[in-house]
Amino acid sequence: MPLNPNSSFTPLIVAFCCNWCSYAGADLAGTSRLNYPAQIKIIKVPCSCRIDPMFVLRAFQKGADGVILCGCHPGDCHYSTGNYYARRRITLFFSMLEYLGIEKERTHLEWVSAAEGNKFASTMRKFTEQIHALGKNERLEDIR
Amino acid sequence: MQKIGVFVCHCGTNIAGTVNIDEVVENAKHEPGVKYVAEYPYMCSEAGQSMVQKAIDEHDLSGIVISACSPRMHETTFRRAAARTKLNPFMLEMANIREQCSWVHKDKEEATNKAHALTRAAIAKVHHNTPLFPGESPVTKRALVIGGGIAGVSCALDIAEAGFVVDIVESTPSIGGKMAQLDKTFPTLDCSACILTPKMVDAQFHENINIHTYSEIESVEGFVGDFTITIRKKARSVDMKKCTGCGACYDKCPIKKIPGEFDEGLGMRTAIYTPFAQAIPNVPVIDREHCLKFKTGKCGLCETVCAPDAIDFEQEDELITEKYGAVIIATGITPISLDKFGEYAYTSPDVITSLEFERMTNAAGPTKGELIRISDKKKPKSITFIQCVGSRDVAVRSKTYCSKICCMYTAKHAMLVKDKYPDIEVNVFYIDVRTPGKNFDEFYRRAVEEYGVNYIKGQVGKVVDNGDSLWIQAVDMLDNKQIKTKTDLIVLATAIEPVKSVRNIAGMLSASIDTNNFMTEAHPKLKPVESPTAGVFLAGACQGPKDIPETVAGAGATAAKVIGLLAKDKLITNPCIADLDPYYCNGCSACEKVCPYGAISYEDTEINDHGKKAIRRIAVINKALCQGCGACVVTCPSGAMDLLGFSNRQITAEVDAICR
Repeated sequence: MPLNPNSSFTPLIVAFCCNWCSYAGADLAGTSRLNYPAQIKIIKVPCSCRIDPMFVLRAFQKGADGVILCGCHPGDCHYSTGNYYARRRITLFFSMLEYLGIEKERTHLEWVSAAEGNKFASTMRKFTEQIHALGKNERLEDIR
Repeated sequence: MQKIGVFVCHCGTNIAGTVNIDEVVENAKHEPGVKYVAEYPYMCSEAGQSMVQKAIDEHDLSGIVISACSPRMHETTFRRAAARTKLNPFMLEMANIREQCSWVHKDKEEATNKAHALTRAAIAKVHHNTPLFPGESPVTKRALVIGGGIAGVSCALDIAEAGFVVDIVESTPSIGGKMAQLDKTFPTLDCSACILTPKMVDAQFHENINIHTYSEIESVEGFVGDFTITIRKKARSVDMKKCTGCGACYDKCPIKKIPGEFDEGLGMRTAIYTPFAQAIPNVPVIDREHCLKFKTGKCGLCETVCAPDAIDFEQEDELITEKYGAVIIATGITPISLDKFGEYAYTSPDVITSLEFERMTNAAGPTKGELIRISDKKKPKSITFIQCVGSRDVAVRSKTYCSKICCMYTAKHAMLVKDKYPDIEVNVFYIDVRTPGKNFDEFYRRAVEEYGVNYIKGQVGKVVDNGDSLWIQAVDMLDNKQIKTKTDLIVLATAIEPVKSVRNIAGMLSASIDTNNFMTEAHPKLKPVESPTAGVFLAGACQGPKDIPETVAGAGATAAKVIGLLAKDKLITNPCIADLDPYYCNGCSACEKVCPYGAISYEDTEINDHGKKAIRRIAVINKALCQGCGACVVTCPSGAMDLLGFSNRQITAEVDAICR
């Protein structure tokens, strides 16, 4: 189901979700049968602070067109402070990626709680549309 | 190379309705390392589980992937099934092809492709799984309560009743806390001492409770189930064992003009004193700062009159070290300092705080319950209460939060005044009246409707003491006009804040604290009485402003959690925790700084450095404390740290598999 029927481009999007809030939010989107594009593939991490920038780089290197990171809302981290570290680190890292030529629309950090199935689905829909508009990402791709 | 089994679940039509199971099975067969693939309508059923178990044994599988529902749903189920075989339960990964695939996508082809990708990622991950073994740690069946107020005492009583030994550490000479200072309690107007002192006596005589008053926490070592804590018992200068509490010493003490802490400075105490009549223990303390014997070496009158010879000027601080399984922080609150609130003229003797007012209306208080102006000892004709002094204000001197109890105690104070002296005019300046709680709003309405207390919505801008009365400049927000009025006594509903010492205590226990110095809960909704540090629990207003019913209810909840911990003989620890490669660690301390649990320390360790013996400072992870968040892993600049169960290799393999 490509969003734009005129385009044959199917983006590849990797979503990193923290176990306690966002992954549970994604599960809630499922139990509530809220649709979002199948191009979103979720990888579970214990906490948003576990997302190493290297994982994001690796995804782009291996051909991902967009990477979205999700964690608990600030103040609600299961590990009390993990998402604060994630927020600082990832904000810096995203601006570095932009410097490297990865458009800032290709990366996104979002807070999704375990109760926000709706927010999860709508964020994923919006993000996929955004990637769709940008087209294929070839920057940083491993061409070996 | 691993021998991997893949099990694809139909979940009836929940998955099979949208995902082509046969295709997923067929694709999985071609994944590297996959030796066995099966599908079943309900993998979580008894039959499905035994199918998995049988396949593990028959095909000698070293890892398995279950493509089914969310791991939040059935990971434990399948781990248990794996544990019944020779396979380590952590050699299992789940691909979430229901909640995150079949239920959210409608197109069968897309859903099938995604189910394949997710299964592929799980297979790639399980290649790097290693057998993990949950650890065990011992539990010392003894609890320590820090703070002997109503929170600490009721929590200690609940734990002691369950059969566990509890020690209470209280920094002042008596337990009782702020509640002991109160006159009446809202919304029932029952006497505070009448309901509190029996609890204090219960605690004193409970066989499972030891009370250390005039004591502080000196140091903390260890972790959940196994804390070693040293308590400093400050020198009381009175032998607890010999003293009978007769009171001859403080009757004779010549130093009589020390502002008493218990009476908020309104009443005077002697240099050897018990804070109040019902103090527990009823053993006086010598205030060495003011005692003549300590200051000049002369006096010793108390020693002369003490029949049981309990006075001991030579007594020294005593250090007690004990092991505990759990620690409860119940340090409570105190009113903020009003030094920076010049506009309320707090320096005037006739402007008092609400806690001072409590002492004044109390029959055992400095005025024997008589309401007077401190300056001229006359009965006031009018009293004005000012609400939100230092609360709900973003100014630096103030607190941004609502102190919560002030609206109710002010209504109580107003009623107490009107009860005793119906002729006194009572005004209350307020921003909002907040009275949620059982019978709370009715209580406030009574103050207004039955007692005729005059509530004025507006803030007071200035108070001036002109000798025989106090001038107030304020604004009436409902009538939108300036008010200039006279009153005889002003009571300030002063904001409350955590006691200062809590920062130090929280630091020692590595329990986190917020910007207002209130203790942080492990989860604001689901773990409301636990700190984020395992084994450290919270009770009472150290968490945030609370009234007495809330404090007691909360303390009961804390006790239930503590009992749950102490009832265990051993703790099973989560094996998915940080894992250090000592060869890469350079001891930089970056990981220690980000660890929210204080689980990382450093040790000089002997390592084999390219064939040479070397001593290096490297990180050591406390397996009982680590909760496996991974903050240290990403922070480590040398890549020495990894997270078991979510290792760099595992996640990278997932990324690669998804992006293939």
